[in-house]
Amino acid sequence: MNPQPNSPTPPAVAESGVGGSVVLAWLVVGLPLAWGVSQTFIKALALFK
Amino acid sequence: MAENSSSLLDRSRTIAGPGYNRWLVPPAALAIHLAIGQAYAFSVFNKPLGALISGDPAKPAPDDWTPLQIGITFSIAIVLLGLSAAIFGKWLERVGPRKAMLSASLCFGGGFLIGSLGIHLHNIWLLYFGYGFVGGIGLGIGYISPVSTLIKWFPDRKGVATGMAIMGFGGGAMIGSPLANNLMTHFKASAPQGVAPTFIVMGIIYLLFMQFGVWTIRVPADDWKPAGYVPSTEHNDMITTANVSADNAIKTPQFWMLWVVLLCNVTAGIGVLETASPLIQAVISGTEKGKGMDTAALAAAGAGFVGLLSLFNLLGRFFWSSASDKLGRKVAYAIYFGLGVVLYALAPTLGANAQLTLFVVVACVIISMYGGGFATAPAYLSDLFGKYQVGAIHGRLLTAWSTAGVLGPLIVHYLSDSRKAQGFTGAAMYQTVFYTMAGLLVVGFLANIIVTAVNERYYEKGPVTAEAGGH
Repeated sequence: MNPQPNSPTPPAVAESGVGGSVVLAWLVVGLPLAWGVSQTFIKALALFK
Repeated sequence: MAENSSSLLDRSRTIAGPGYNRWLVPPAALAIHLAIGQAYAFSVFNKPLGALISGDPAKPAPDDWTPLQIGITFSIAIVLLGLSAAIFGKWLERVGPRKAMLSASLCFGGGFLIGSLGIHLHNIWLLYFGYGFVGGIGLGIGYISPVSTLIKWFPDRKGVATGMAIMGFGGGAMIGSPLANNLMTHFKASAPQGVAPTFIVMGIIYLLFMQFGVWTIRVPADDWKPAGYVPSTEHNDMITTANVSADNAIKTPQFWMLWVVLLCNVTAGIGVLETASPLIQAVISGTEKGKGMDTAALAAAGAGFVGLLSLFNLLGRFFWSSASDKLGRKVAYAIYFGLGVVLYALAPTLGANAQLTLFVVVACVIISMYGGGFATAPAYLSDLFGKYQVGAIHGRLLTAWSTAGVLGPLIVHYLSDSRKAQGFTGAAMYQTVFYTMAGLLVVGFLANIIVTAVNERYYEKGPVTAEAGGH
């Protein structure tokens, strides 16, 4: 997850578009979160039974 | 905290190059908060830890740990969260987020490993030291580590950015609880209740997962700004362009008003979270349908209600914090507390009249605003004190959370026990809890209302440097 070199550089004003690394990064954190939310949602359904 | 260990960890090595996409920073922050948010799922270990000798949570042996002894572990962790966030905040601003995140991962993961040894040896002090003390330091450093970086990357959407990260803390419990349950079931045959090996595996998983945040995080270059971003030229007293150091911030009345705001917000939220399960069971028992339900079904409904509140806590962190970008922080908190007072005061009546649906809706809105109160705090601090040492200032503010973490349960149990002693049962037992929390929200509302712009004498003179904590 290191799309650019780490050297100190001049300001980067432009923000690049949604690249593959961004999608991958969100999947890394999004999948466990989605699993946790789904588990909690299933548990919460007991309230409505 | 070793500051000269590796150049890869240095702040200068984390400055983003041209074209770095700032939307990589929230996932890095989430990796830390999703891990440390596990702390709020610690109660999943309560029963197994209390039956390490007897093997049966329903029949603990005389030498088994008591619920109080086990509960102290979580209290230590929350107190250390606030203390370490306050103590290490300035260090974090100086060394940058990567070194801080790495330290947090080592402390949090290491805390689990030391704790597992305590469980294996049945030594509660080792559990306190591992999960409570060392893990608690990891919680504090981890919680504040991405805050100032996010604010610097998202000057145009401070609430959205910090809301996303702090939402992760809420989500962490949702992952930690089923993960621990699955692991304990898996290891049950090989160790008492399967807890010690579960601690080892969770420590390793969290240590590795947090590395994603450690190595993805970047700080923006000094004069970076988002494409097309033009800072508002409209004068707003409540959003400063100056900078206040952490040491000066705590000398201002604004800091202490926000401290009271957070204290009231968290204590009131604990009032709902601590009573949620027994209260909803009492409310359901009062309905026609509930009269025929057995204890197990009521307990499942109680657990379901707690789960539902967790979801709204999570959503509220993102929704309200994002909304505060449009509403303004002061207005947002006025809503949390103003609407909160009404809803807290209404809840006991709805409970007593068995208005189940309305009661659930009210509780969900209350808990969403509790989450919003947590998540909006960094952006409020940044508005008032500037971005220079906002992470460190936020760290010091979190001592309010630690205080509430100890005070809240004490108030709740004292009030509900008093009502019980007076002969009240069911939902009526918790009436004074809700009214007291409504009173606390009035205090929070007033504290927020009197927050004004910080006096210029506290501003830093001249430019601030990255090494000193700014940009």
